[in-house]
Amino acid sequence: MSGRRDIRVTVNGALYERAVEPRLLLADFLRHTLGLTGTHVGCEHGVCGACTVLVDGDSARSCLMFAVQADGCTVETVEGLGRIGKLNPLQQSFHEHHALQCGFCTPGMLMTATDLLKKYPLATDDDIRDGLSGNLCRCTGYEHIVRAIRAVKAGAGR
Amino acid sequence: MTDVAEIHARPKIIGARVKRTEDPRLLTGLGSYTDDRQVAHVLHAAFRRSDQSHARILAIDCEAARAAPGVIAIFMAEDLADGVKPLIATSRMSNYYATPIVPLARGKVRYVGEPVVGVIAESRYQAEDALELIDVDYEPLPVVIDAEAAVRDGAPLLHEEARTNVLVSREFKRGDVDAAIEAAPVRVKGRFRMHRKTPVAMEPRACLAEYDAGRDALTLYSATQVPGIVRDALSAALDMPGHQIRVVAPDVGGGFGGKGSLYPEEIFVCAAARRLARPVKWTSDRMEDLTCNSQGFDEIIDAELGLNADGRIVALRADVIGDVGAYSIYPWTAALEPVQVVSFLPGPYRIEHYRGRVRAVATSKAPTGPYRGVGRPSSTFVMERLMDMAAAKLRLDAKEIRLRNFIGADELPYKVASGIVWDKSGFQECLSAACDAIGYDTLRAAQKEARAKGRWFGIGVASYAELTGIGSRISVAPGMPINTGTETANIRIDSTGAITAAFGVASHGQGLETTLAQIVAEHLGARFEDVRIVQGDSAAVPGGTGTYASRSLVLAGGAATLAARAVREKVLNAASHLLEASAADLVADGGKVCVAGTDRSVTFREVARAVYSEMGRLPPDARDELAATRTYDPIFGTTTSATHIATVEIDPETFEIRVGRFAVAEDCGRLVNPLIVDGQVHGGVAQGIGAALYEEVVYDDQGQINTASLVDYLVPTACEIPPMQVVHLESESPTTLGGFRGMGEGGTIGSPAAI
Repeated sequence: MSGRRDIRVTVNGALYERAVEPRLLLADFLRHTLGLTGTHVGCEHGVCGACTVLVDGDSARSCLMFAVQADGCTVETVEGLGRIGKLNPLQQSFHEHHALQCGFCTPGMLMTATDLLKKYPLATDDDIRDGLSGNLCRCTGYEHIVRAIRAVKAGAGR
Repeated sequence: MTDVAEIHARPKIIGARVKRTEDPRLLTGLGSYTDDRQVAHVLHAAFRRSDQSHARILAIDCEAARAAPGVIAIFMAEDLADGVKPLIATSRMSNYYATPIVPLARGKVRYVGEPVVGVIAESRYQAEDALELIDVDYEPLPVVIDAEAAVRDGAPLLHEEARTNVLVSREFKRGDVDAAIEAAPVRVKGRFRMHRKTPVAMEPRACLAEYDAGRDALTLYSATQVPGIVRDALSAALDMPGHQIRVVAPDVGGGFGGKGSLYPEEIFVCAAARRLARPVKWTSDRMEDLTCNSQGFDEIIDAELGLNADGRIVALRADVIGDVGAYSIYPWTAALEPVQVVSFLPGPYRIEHYRGRVRAVATSKAPTGPYRGVGRPSSTFVMERLMDMAAAKLRLDAKEIRLRNFIGADELPYKVASGIVWDKSGFQECLSAACDAIGYDTLRAAQKEARAKGRWFGIGVASYAELTGIGSRISVAPGMPINTGTETANIRIDSTGAITAAFGVASHGQGLETTLAQIVAEHLGARFEDVRIVQGDSAAVPGGTGTYASRSLVLAGGAATLAARAVREKVLNAASHLLEASAADLVADGGKVCVAGTDRSVTFREVARAVYSEMGRLPPDARDELAATRTYDPIFGTTTSATHIATVEIDPETFEIRVGRFAVAEDCGRLVNPLIVDGQVHGGVAQGIGAALYEEVVYDDQGQINTASLVDYLVPTACEIPPMQVVHLESESPTTLGGFRGMGEGGTIGSPAAI
């Protein structure tokens, strides 16, 4: 396809320069151009939140952005959190509270929760639930996810 | 000797809140779901789907699409007619008509979304571009949307060859129900509607066929719950022996039944990959998921309950029309959902006279198939509603009328009027425990107060029983093409001392890699972290089906127990030579074999080296491979029961409905991992809340689907789901090995009725 555009995107600290079709979704760019398949695509219309990443520090739906819109931006994905054997506190808390089952919504949940924990006081569990209202999970009934985020918040405040 | 017996009588790993083995990879983005698999030279499939509900295909023009950039091939039904045989969900049921399953519609389309043309291109973007260039000429036929109208004489037929839209009809009866109801002093009846739902696993379905032309071998990676069923079906459809087809369900992002059947796209990508000798991938988008995945429930139920003046039930009769959609789904048949409504309608209650009639009716909508709970969310809703209507008439409390009618502990096992047998299960105990957990009596007082103030405040109680871990003697459709009643485990310790346990089940979020490893470690005497579980792979065991129907822990857990014990015997025998002690004096524990009461021991690794790698270390006749395969069949299955209690408040001005509190007390037998069981209950309840209040698949009167996005089909978010209290009553099942009962679906069974 003609009309490729050159873009420069920093993903999890590494700079990538690629020529992409203008219509290529950021989610597809991350998954199939860069091979970072931790970001999942659940609906392609911005409802489910599975594809949530951080763009310049703010959570964003990578299925509702074109890769060219991320030109010059810093993107963080689930692969940029902790690693196996060295999970970050949020990932560790999800592990301990059984806050994931099939794991498909989990990367989006983690990125949304990262954003929430950074920006909001989350004084009550209802605040956490409100913050998660743009991320669907079909397995957990949300209960353990709320507890996992609550535990991180409590730990960080100590 | 007492030491040995005692150690094995006291489980340490089974019952522990072990953190899941699956988690680290899934938390770091290193899971491998089907669409994550990166393959060189992969081609992408996209489907031109029917935009008609019911129509004859007159002509298809693909010329422009063939010339589109990146397009490699285009297939229509006739292109695949040679080499792909139709599959039929057979059954011995009388009055059953099976509809053939083919990858692309032939001659007619029967629901909006049915695949008509498959395009293969170099990229998914190009494949989808080309779809728009295809021209399909249809002759619209009368739609078949209303299942009640579809059973009438002269109704337009979806499958002319069947000469009726009723794909199956059945009746269960005991006693003289009509006379008993006529004579009953208290009668309540109603017409109940359980709407159509769709499972909405967060991962849309995806499949990737890789073809090795040199060996004529196919490997299908598929987001499926049933790799074994798919392998066997592909073998029949493509006329290839099973050892040339391997079906792998890698990490699967939820299923809930929606990935529990064979799909046309799975057959298509395999046929296309074989034809083109290239890998072919298809990943569903959410619109395809909402329009083409198997949907659930959808019944109209007329039911009447007759009781004595003291509130004891004498008779129940019901007539069910199940709207099963366009096809009899493979392999379950159209009987799957609606027939189970009448099978389970009597619930945990003593009912002498019963008649349940059911008709499964074809309509021009997406086929229905398994969805969490299958039949039981509908049957429980109807029965519990009738109980509440009767309680209101008799001025009895919801709790009291249930206690008066539960089958007593001394009556179990009890044969229900529909033929199902309940084994020992805590019906009364679940009700009491749920009441205690939520503070039932206090809550009733609070309700009285709230209502006096004009608040619309309700308390819902739902009790149910379900059959789980079902063995080979019970089939959802007698004579269907698969055996759901057995499961196989192959456990081996290899020459490095590593332990691998392989199963036919296919986890899609349940954490079977963790719970099955707990069971294997316990019975083998190994360390939990040393056991690797292989599942979701048709090549793992000779025959297996997958994970559905709350079966995997009961069946695979039973097989794991038997196989682990057999391997432990072999380890002890080999170790007896190394330790120069009688095998009867040895204990396997924590990956070591010890002589009881001494500090003499060998590790499993040392035993494995001696068996496999050290020539002459063991006498030749003692050199037995450390491996065993066992199958387990619970024959009939076991009973799982529960009571759900919800508080619900409706705003009298806005009519906004809020679920306030939710308590579940359930008896799922011996718990393998309480953390995982809690998670299953929470998730099931959330889906039940969705089913009761938010979710409904809507077709208009022309058969167009109005709920083809998540903006229109509402899945509950964290804001709609209340915190939950879950109480487990561990009454061990008397009929299953290990005392396990299945529990993956229960949350969805009780909650719609409670609300």
